[in-house]
This record gives sequence, C-alpha cells and structure tokens, in this order.
Amino acid sequence: MAAITLTINDKQVSAEDSQTVLNVAQEQGIPIPTLCHLEGVYDVGACRLCLVEVAGVNKLLPACTTKAAEGMVVRTESERLRKYRRMTLELLFAERNHVCAICVANGNCELQTMACNQGMDHVRYDYCFPKWDMDLTHERFGMDHNRCILCTRCVRVCWHIEGAGTKNVAGRGARSHIITDMFQPWGTAESCTSCGKCVMACPTGALFERGSTTAEMQRDRTKLEFIVTAREKKQWIA
Amino acid sequence: MDLSELTQIKERELAARKKYTLRCCMAAGCVSSNSEAVKQELEKAVVEAGLQDQVEVRGVGCMRLCCEGPLVQADPSGMLFEQVDPEAAKSIIQTLKGGKAKARVGDANAPFFKKQKSIVLANSGIVDPERIESYIAADGYHALYHVLREMERSEVVEEIVASGLRGRGGAGFPTGLKWGTVAKSAGSRKFVVCNADEGDPGAFMDRSVLESDPHSVLEGMAIAAYAVGAEQGFIYVRAEYPLAIERLKNAIKQAKAKGLLGAGIFESPFNFTVDIRIGAGAFVCGEETALMMSIEGRRGTPRPRPPFPAESGLWGCPTLINNVETFANVAPIIRNGAQWFAGIGTEKSKGTKVFALAGKIQNTGLIEVPMGTPLRTIVEEMGGGAPDGGRIKAVQTGGPSGGCIPADSLDTPVDYESLGKLGSIMGSGGMIVMDQTTNMVDVARFFMEFCMDESCGKCIPCRAGTVQMHHLLTKIMEGKGTARDLQKLEELCDMVRSTSLCGLGQTAPNPTLSTLRFFRHEYEQRLQPDTFGPRGNGKPARATPSA
Repeated sequence: MAAITLTINDKQVSAEDSQTVLNVAQEQGIPIPTLCHLEGVYDVGACRLCLVEVAGVNKLLPACTTKAAEGMVVRTESERLRKYRRMTLELLFAERNHVCAICVANGNCELQTMACNQGMDHVRYDYCFPKWDMDLTHERFGMDHNRCILCTRCVRVCWHIEGAGTKNVAGRGARSHIITDMFQPWGTAESCTSCGKCVMACPTGALFERGSTTAEMQRDRTKLEFIVTAREKKQWIA
Repeated sequence: MDLSELTQIKERELAARKKYTLRCCMAAGCVSSNSEAVKQELEKAVVEAGLQDQVEVRGVGCMRLCCEGPLVQADPSGMLFEQVDPEAAKSIIQTLKGGKAKARVGDANAPFFKKQKSIVLANSGIVDPERIESYIAADGYHALYHVLREMERSEVVEEIVASGLRGRGGAGFPTGLKWGTVAKSAGSRKFVVCNADEGDPGAFMDRSVLESDPHSVLEGMAIAAYAVGAEQGFIYVRAEYPLAIERLKNAIKQAKAKGLLGAGIFESPFNFTVDIRIGAGAFVCGEETALMMSIEGRRGTPRPRPPFPAESGLWGCPTLINNVETFANVAPIIRNGAQWFAGIGTEKSKGTKVFALAGKIQNTGLIEVPMGTPLRTIVEEMGGGAPDGGRIKAVQTGGPSGGCIPADSLDTPVDYESLGKLGSIMGSGGMIVMDQTTNMVDVARFFMEFCMDESCGKCIPCRAGTVQMHHLLTKIMEGKGTARDLQKLEELCDMVRSTSLCGLGQTAPNPTLSTLRFFRHEYEQRLQPDTFGPRGNGKPARATPSA
C-alpha cells in the first residue's frame, strides 16, 4: 500500500492507493451524493449520483468504483454535474410511485433527503404510474416495489453479509424488480433467515418492518382501561 | 497432427475435386427458402444423369446476395442461379452440358460481387462449413501451425499490431494493443472470448461468418490464445442462431479429432480448448462485461470499467475478448503478412469490413469491402439503389448505437473516423438503407424502444431515461409534443449519454441525436404550439397579482 497525492476540488489531499475517490472525499469531508453506495458491501456504480469529473478523462467516472491515483485531479461539483444529479433524481421520482405523504420512510428516506439537498423541487417528466404489487407474505417484513429504486443494497447485504442469497433482481429495464428466492413470495422463501439486514439497508420505504405503515397503525385502548381499573379498583385484570 | 499430415489432407482433398462443382448456399437465409431441398434434388439429378464422377454438389456458406436465394453457382463456368426451385435441379445439371436452366441466371460479374474484397468471407460460399478437410484445402490451420512452430508469442502480437487491425465489434479499438495488454497482464490463468452475441436489428455478419466458415474463427482464437498465453476459450453465441451453434459444435468436434484443438496442438506444448456458451436473448450481453458475467453464470449486467477485461475479466483473470469478424481476420493476416493487410483500406482503418446490407435497397445481402469505400459505391453501385424508383434518404449504420447518415453525405468513405464525424459509428456492420417514405422520427423512436426494452435496468439514466425519451418521441410522433418536449428530449439525450454505466446507455441517444442533427425539420413540423404562455406547461400563465 503506497501513499499518493491527488487533488479534489482544488484541494490537495493524500490517500492510500487502494482507496476509492469516494472514500478519500468522505475522509476529507468533501460531500459526494450517493444512493446505491453502502458502507460494508462492495460498490456497483449503479445510481450514477456520485459521478465526478476527472481531468484527462473524457467520461464522467463514478467515485464509488474509481480508484484514487497519484496526481489525479477530481472535481465533484460543477454546473453540469448538479444538472445531471437533479435529472437522475427526477427520473427516479417519475419512474415509480414515490408518494412521500403515505410512506413509512417519510422524513427518514435517503431519496427524499437527496432530492432536498440537490434542489430537486419539481419533476419535469411525466410520471409513469406503474402498477407494482407489495409482498406482505413475510411475518415480520414487507416489500413495496412502488418505492424501490433498484439500488440493490438489499441484494448485496443478503448475499455478502448475511450469506443467505435470498434476494435477487429479476426482469430487465423498467421491469426489473427485487425477488426472493426463485421468485417466490417472501414468506415462503426458504433461504431467508429473517435477519432483517435488507430492511436496515434499504434507503427508501421499499423494505419495512410490518406494523410500521400508516395503514397498520393501531391504538391499543384496552391498556388505558387496564391501568385505570388497577388504580381505582386495585384489580390487575385485563 | 503435423505439417505433413496437414498437407496430406489438403492434397487429398484437392485431388478428389471433380470437373464440375455446383456450390449450393446452405447459410440461414437460403436454408429458410428451402435450399436444403435444392441441394438434395441436385444430388439426385447428378446420380440420375450418371455424372457422379464429374460433378460435385457442395453445400457452402453464404454466397452474399441473400435477397435472391436460394443461390447455386457452377464451377468452373461461374454461372450463378438465383431463386432456385428444387424442381429446377435437373435443368441446372443440363447446363453443364450446354442446356438451358429453368432458373433465373444472375450476373456474377455485377458490381455487387465485383466491388467486394474478401478476406473474412474468402471461404464463404467456397468451402463446405461442415467439413474441416474443405477448410484445410483452403490453407486452413496453416497459419496456426506457422504461429505455434515458428513464431514467438511476442512476434504474433507484433504482427497483429503491425497489421493495424481494429476491433470489428464496433468501437474499433486496436486489436494488437489489446492482445499486448492481455499478454503482459500477470496471471497464471487467462481466457480468450469470442463475442458472437450479434444483436443489432438488421445485422447478420457474424452469423454468416459462423455458419459459412466456423474454422476460421476457431483458428483465429487459437492463434490469439497462443499469443496471450491462454488455454481456455469461450464462444458466446446467441440462442437465436441455432445453425451457427450447430456448425460451431461440429467444427470444434472435428478440430479436436484432428488434434487442432485440445492438448499439445501440432505437437507443441500449447493446449487450447474452446467451449460454447449460449446467450439467453439479452442484447446487453453483447457488452463485454455483461457477457462475461453471463459466462460466469450470473445475471448479465455490465460493471464499470476500469478494470478492463484485459486486466480482470472472467473470474478475475486477464481475458481477451474480440468479435467474430476480428478473429476471422487473424489467420489471413498471419498467412499473408501484416504488410499485405496494412496495404488495404485507409490510413487509420486497415483491411476490409463486412456489412449486412438491408432495408429499402435492391440488392440485400452480405458484402465485404475495403475500408474507405464510399457509402455511395455501397448503396448505389453495389446495392443498386432504392427499389421501385425510390430515392435514398438516409443510411443507418451501427444499429441502436449508431446514427443515420443523410443522402447528401453518401460520398463519405466508410472508416471509423469518418462515420464518427457524422455522429454515427462503424458499429458491427449493420447497414440499413431508408428511402423517402421513411419517417425519421419514427426511426428514432424504433431504436429508442429497442434500447428501452433491452436496458438491463442496473443504472438509472439508461433504465428510466430511455423510458422518458421514448415517451417524448412518441408524443412528438403523434403530433402532441411541444417545443418544450423537444428541449427535454435533447437534454435527456445529453444526460443519458454522459452518465450511463455501459455502452448500451451511452449510445442509446445516438439515433435520436443524429436524426435531430440531419432531419430536425421532421421533428419541428410535428410540434404543437406552446399554448398558454411562456412556460408552455399547458396551464394559463399566472396573472400578476394586482397591487
């Protein structure tokens, strides 16, 4: 492992030659937007939000899979990059049914936060309104394809951290979707260990714990009655 | 197997030649119009006429003029019979004795044939693709012998570098440079891969080469494997080419039996085996990183490059990946020398290029021309122009990654740089001619639909961007678009091209961009006026609040 020097946004920084550009930037506190990147699993360079300009390279390179190199001159912010990032987010919002108001992840969603941070205040493209189902067959978790951005974080944690290999991608193009086992309902997917790592990894509300959705909101009023009865009548009966 | 045995096979084969040969096309195009029955009837007619000792009926590969199939050609007269009916077989045998054929006689000296220069297709239509002896008789496997017994690995790479051969898959990367990189990459295991996942609409060059001359591809791969130090090769061929797969399997089996593939080839320490991997119908698997994922048995999606396959390819090992036509050029280069090859073509594009000529043109079929041949020569002289008195409007090259070249640029020489300057690409060799009835917005929409359907879905710009671009093109096509939609379309073209992960997405906007460049008026005349104020969003402009 050798030490190298590179320039990010006119700032000279030192790094190790095994690091990615994203790694180095994060260490230096230089923000680069990401959606498919997840600490702990390998990178796939799919969301294209971390694209940066590298001097001497005529293509934009994903910071997450590009290795830092000696003398590299990187620019993480430019009018062009900001424009592309906004457009990428607009395409994502138009692609599936991202309705924040009724989403379990509202206020705690990386896609939503990213849109705010990147100044995406409206979507110029026509919404596709695709018809996607939900998989609510698992006793603890649910999967809502309407909110999926196909970052494949869940697939990667399932294969490479849990080692279960339950989650996969099926179909192609706009019809791509996450499946469990050989396209079986999640509840009957025998390889699933119900570890919940996929739910932890999901950046949006596509994977969630059962009981957390607005529709499942339940108030257990009998608890109140139980306490009042206990206090007033000294009876501990439900 | 040694040189004397190889020579023996060649001599025996040549000695067995008869006075007359009737070559009958057995490539997919002619087979689909019943050439198998034609061949059977010809064989029967030969027996009936008692001419078994004088006439050989040989099933051969593509004879180029596909639109007039089934094709039969007689040697040594060179007479060409077109659209041959099985019932005309007997009369064709009679022509050998001066009779008149009940089949159309074509002009074998027409510009379509005479303007061709065959390197890759030299054996196509001549040798029997199902018999290795036929290939050996045409000096087959002699280049491999020469390389294994008389050349150093580095000399082979140098020879390819000196020839100036560039990748025929479309991008035109210098082949010798790629070979050199793989040869230098450290690794005890290396692979050679032949990309036969030809998927551009209207393209059938690689299929024809595999069906017509499978051994030339195997020989090219073996030479490449020796040069880079690989012992295992894969041919990745799409399942839609069953005849090509069958002939490849047969060729591999025959080459193995003759000791031309396997262990200790030509009694040298060099081992090389070739296996076939069959694609499952995804266009994106023609992209090299996706192709390798597919060979490894994983989902065929591309990954970012670098690292390039030359450093880290199949199972992380250095991998040489070339297109069918590139490999088919290798043995001729070794046989005739790099200087011979470098003498053909233009300064930066050497050799020849095979094109599949299709669309609104008189002569559709397979052509091979020297690089630098003007498009006009190809479509007007060889192709015979548009049928039914039509006027050529544009020529599409490079399939869904290419562009449309307008008729007034027909004098452009066909080489990598010139086509690039016109916003198109050489591509793998699909060439679709369009006449004045073609609607260019519709052409752009067709290719966008293709890319949308074939996008693997991994990266957002390609997956969602092609959907939006297709939507906008449909809107404009139907006369419902506005100037704002056109602007959105152009913005998306730029964004998808600049940000997509692999070549499929990066080039998906090309047909749209090139039709916008040369036929912008066709888009503009379909636009609706932007109604209701400058924002053009279909809503009334907001009234300024009164003070």
